[in-house]
Amino acid sequence: MLIDSCGFSPSRSAFVMSSRIIPVVLVLLVGSVLHTAAASPSDHETNHTALTNGTAHQKKAFPVLDLNYEHVHAPFEISLWVLLASLMKLGFHLIPRLNNIVPEKKVPPVMNADVFFLCLLPPIILDAGYFLPIRPFIENIGTILMFAVIGTLWNTFFIGGLLFAVCQINPGYTMDLGLLPCLLFATIISAVDPVAVLAVFEEIHINELLHILVFGESLLNDAVTVVLYHLFEEYAGAGTVTVLDGFLGIICFLVVALGGVLVGAIYGILAAFTSRFTSHMRVIEPLFVFVYSYMAYLSAEMFHLSGIMALIACGAVMKPYVEANISHKSHTTVKYFLKMWSSVSETLIFIFLGVATVDGTHHSWNWIFVTATVILCLIARVIGVIGLTYLMNKVRIVKLTTKDQFIIAYGGLRGAIAFSLGFLLNEEHFPQKKMFLTAIITVVFFTVFVQGMTIKPLVELLAVKKKQEAKRTINEEIHTQFLDHLLTGIEDICGHYGHHHWKDKLNRFNKKYLKRYLIAGTRCEEPQLLSFFHKMEMKHAIEQVEKGGGSNVPSALPSTVSMQNIQPKKPTVEPERMLPKLPKGKEDEIRNILRTNLQKTRLRLHSYNRHTLVADPFEEGISDIILRKRKSLNTHINNYLTVPAAPPDTPVMSRARLASDPQARGAKYNADNVPTFQVDLASPQSPDSVTLLNELKKVEDQGLMMKAPSSKSMEGERDQQKLTRCLSDPGPSADEDEDEPFLK
Amino acid sequence: MSQQSTVHMPCSLCKNLNSIPDLTDNPIKNQIINAFFDKRNQRNGEVGTYREIGFEEFLMVMSHFRPTSRKTSEEEKKAIRKEKLRFLFNMHDSDSDGTITLEEYRKVVEELLSKSGNIDLEVAKAIADAAMLEVASTNMPDMAPDYFYEGITFEHFEQILSGLEMESRMHIRFLDVDTNTMRCDRK
Repeated sequence: MLIDSCGFSPSRSAFVMSSRIIPVVLVLLVGSVLHTAAASPSDHETNHTALTNGTAHQKKAFPVLDLNYEHVHAPFEISLWVLLASLMKLGFHLIPRLNNIVPEKKVPPVMNADVFFLCLLPPIILDAGYFLPIRPFIENIGTILMFAVIGTLWNTFFIGGLLFAVCQINPGYTMDLGLLPCLLFATIISAVDPVAVLAVFEEIHINELLHILVFGESLLNDAVTVVLYHLFEEYAGAGTVTVLDGFLGIICFLVVALGGVLVGAIYGILAAFTSRFTSHMRVIEPLFVFVYSYMAYLSAEMFHLSGIMALIACGAVMKPYVEANISHKSHTTVKYFLKMWSSVSETLIFIFLGVATVDGTHHSWNWIFVTATVILCLIARVIGVIGLTYLMNKVRIVKLTTKDQFIIAYGGLRGAIAFSLGFLLNEEHFPQKKMFLTAIITVVFFTVFVQGMTIKPLVELLAVKKKQEAKRTINEEIHTQFLDHLLTGIEDICGHYGHHHWKDKLNRFNKKYLKRYLIAGTRCEEPQLLSFFHKMEMKHAIEQVEKGGGSNVPSALPSTVSMQNIQPKKPTVEPERMLPKLPKGKEDEIRNILRTNLQKTRLRLHSYNRHTLVADPFEEGISDIILRKRKSLNTHINNYLTVPAAPPDTPVMSRARLASDPQARGAKYNADNVPTFQVDLASPQSPDSVTLLNELKKVEDQGLMMKAPSSKSMEGERDQQKLTRCLSDPGPSADEDEDEPFLK
Repeated sequence: MSQQSTVHMPCSLCKNLNSIPDLTDNPIKNQIINAFFDKRNQRNGEVGTYREIGFEEFLMVMSHFRPTSRKTSEEEKKAIRKEKLRFLFNMHDSDSDGTITLEEYRKVVEELLSKSGNIDLEVAKAIADAAMLEVASTNMPDMAPDYFYEGITFEHFEQILSGLEMESRMHIRFLDVDTNTMRCDRK
């Protein structure tokens, strides 16, 4: 089972896959020192006790330097493994050809099913659930459920039955398997694994529909697996399953699935509700997200409900409300932490798998059984997909083509969940456990490596539609909304209570009841088009700041079109200006002076209080740019028409300022000619409060109305305005879809 | 006014449609109703509005919401798509001059946001302006600074919405139903 590291392969998926093989190879090299390494800590301990015992009655010299490995033994090793895994991942990306660095004396991690299910799996699932694209998921929910439930059932019975037949042909060689153990084994092996699917599909950037179909299936089949597993495990001892048991099994399935979702939804609502009140304590917001989700998982597992579905439900339910409530920094924190944890988990899982593969004590190779399993898995998957697609295409609007079917079938990967479930089997009840484990590992390796590595070239070869990289434009957004309402209206006219009608009802329920209680401040009333618009502006502004400084008319599209092209020509009445207009250069110069001074001021005010966060100049720049953009849209209209006078705070501006920070509604803006700003040292009562500079507004409006010296005044008696919520780095490979709220 | 699998369709007036209770919460109710009475959607080349429509006109409008099946060829799909986009375009272009001006677009956005609480007109204006800017930039990126962009033409409209899969999104499911089961009453 040694696979050579294909370090020179150009495809990225090969890199990623190889990064999983490398640990296997390394561990193999380490294999020879397994037992000596295991022995060393215990040796040390005996030495230590011998020493203390022997010299208990006489005073020994004070130990200046002492080694107590036992004390930190467990966390130390875990951290070391995590560090090693991350370094390997890093190193493999930097250096295509890995040098074989043999780690010295390490105790190899033993695959512990509890560790897997309680520590390694939840981060990956939460990451998937939190960033699940809701709209395509709900649109395809019928198909996904069909694949998850019926597909898995079909796989189980087909594989189980045929394996039993195969074993009957050759009873002595294959250890005399009964029907029920076969079915149990088939249950374990037939479920598509979300970890493996995620790992592979992320690389290939396939179109959204296929991604969500396979991925959704892998998530939802957990309920089926749980029920069947418990069912067969219970009754494998008894030897028979009656019709009543089957019937109870179906009921159990409904309970497990719906119960899991319910538990998750409850925790999700709780989390959303809690986040409503965290405006004063922003640093612990991410913690709520994580802890509530984990509690949802554990609660579900406690009742033997589907933990995975609970976790998905929790993440999906909580997301739109929590996103509306928490600050941008918290949002970024949540995103980064989830990605980080899931990445580490995934690597560790594959390391464990590698170790388990190499560790010979768990295996018992049996040619017939293993090959039969692999072949049957493939056949079952293909037949299942074809059959189900045929059925679903009768009902679907967007039909699935043959290419799609091939990818879905090919993407049915098995992974570590199957292995852990096999590991959990009781050896007394199932003497064939080792054979099972061997077969499971073979299938997992086969699907992940062979299928996983070849799927990318196949996608290219078959010219399957790839993920659309283009950003959503505001026109598309407007028309999506428009279409929704249009179709709902048409359905109402026809009296046909279809798809859109119920979706609309749910949206209205959401707005009327849920949003009011779960979202803080007045953001609950903001329609989705507006939040999209604000987010878009924010993104453009961030881009501007990153480009450095911001130009006068920020426009995302490289074109010479500006507002003037669109505005109907108004008669150019050029009134007497009160003050001579300064040449443009001077204006810019003055603006620059003011801006740099302002930034210097802000830089001096970082506080190191753990409980508060002070905005840093990067974010100020962003909010400035948004306001400036807004102003420029307005001033082009106003510019040549009116006598320059300080306009009151336009609604646009206040909305921009206040839209992101719901707590700032009360602040009044004092329109005065004197540009002032006031900086507030972050105090526990009012975090995030630095006033906005309003001088930029004046400058744009009137050409010039500046008194440079007074701009440096730090003391202003103006009212404070809370800053727009803190922004920070946009985060890794910006996944625009994650910003879409629940039920558009 | 109608039931699940049957369609009752008398000669309806505007006010009949107006009185459908489910429609009251729909922000673009007026546009939808007007679309039924718009002659441009009848595909006979006329312009203007009807005072009342009969069943054929109703069906004509509904036919814009046909889904595509696996058997439709690429050209047919393109034609269907164009038809649906034309329907949308007619809904926006209220004065039937062939372009969507800024004013009309602003009205569209305002209507969309009309049922969502107290919305500032300024914001609606800003959104419409930004959208218009986008259309202009995508379609005519090298416009001279004093050129006035009249309005969105149908080609530009098609272009800007090329990302949305109109064929599959703009459909009503029950049109799949076998027409033999649909009962049509003329009162």
